[in-house]
Amino acid sequence: MTGKAGHRDFEALEAAFRESLIAGGILTDRDVEKRAELMYSRTPALGARVVARAWFDPDFKARLLADGSAAVRELGIEVGPLKLVVVADEENVHNLIVCTLCSCYPRMLLGIPPDWYKSIAYRSRAVREPRKVLAEFGLTLPDDVVVRVHDSTADMRYLVLPLRPAGTEHLDEAACAALVSRDAMIGVALPRAPA
Amino acid sequence: MSPRFAPGDRVRVARREVAGHVRTPRYIRGKSGVIERVCGAFRNPERLAYGEWDGPALPLYRVRFALHDVWPSVEAPHDTLDVELYENWLEPESA
Repeated sequence: MTGKAGHRDFEALEAAFRESLIAGGILTDRDVEKRAELMYSRTPALGARVVARAWFDPDFKARLLADGSAAVRELGIEVGPLKLVVVADEENVHNLIVCTLCSCYPRMLLGIPPDWYKSIAYRSRAVREPRKVLAEFGLTLPDDVVVRVHDSTADMRYLVLPLRPAGTEHLDEAACAALVSRDAMIGVALPRAPA
Repeated sequence: MSPRFAPGDRVRVARREVAGHVRTPRYIRGKSGVIERVCGAFRNPERLAYGEWDGPALPLYRVRFALHDVWPSVEAPHDTLDVELYENWLEPESA
């Protein structure tokens, strides 16, 4: 949330709200703690596992694109009510995720979003001049690549399935997963090249 | 409520001002695109945000727009923008 009020105001508001819920018996301290532990346990490594599995298993990839949440649950990743849409890069297609209205993000698979994802600059520019934004992230795409921007405006959450980098034929699935960064699954970067 | 639109249908986003919690970005209102997929039925956030938990579910779509139809000057004419939109914001393009 970026508004006229500073972060300190929102922190005070959050504390007051949380304490009221606890005082009113609606939540307990432990509920809040458990929720925080769940969020901090989620890291981009989960999303990277999903990506690498899709690189190794074309049938899994097909199921992932048809119903992202169901496919992710196959891997034993519990995602709650998440409605996941996975968008796959192709030789001539590059996908980019943004939430112009707020900061919708597949937290169950990627954890807490980076601050830039929530910035007004990213949110307003990604839908308007995606190629300039990508270039500023260090990713300059040729003209014959179609950029598909996805604005996460409602109930779906998005994950980019990037292309498997060249030179990874000798790597196993876990080694491939290690090449997949958070930014590659938002679409502002490509997976790292193998060492 | 069965979906009124199917993938491939051309639709236009209503151009209206609604106060409160609205998930249709202003930049896309009045623009035309193509249904990319039907996402399922979800309760209307414009009512849900004000405590109407038992309201009817609305079909939700992903609508694909040509980026050059959304912004007057665009970097590359074949780039696209997909936006999730509820059925109450969509009308057939011919209407």
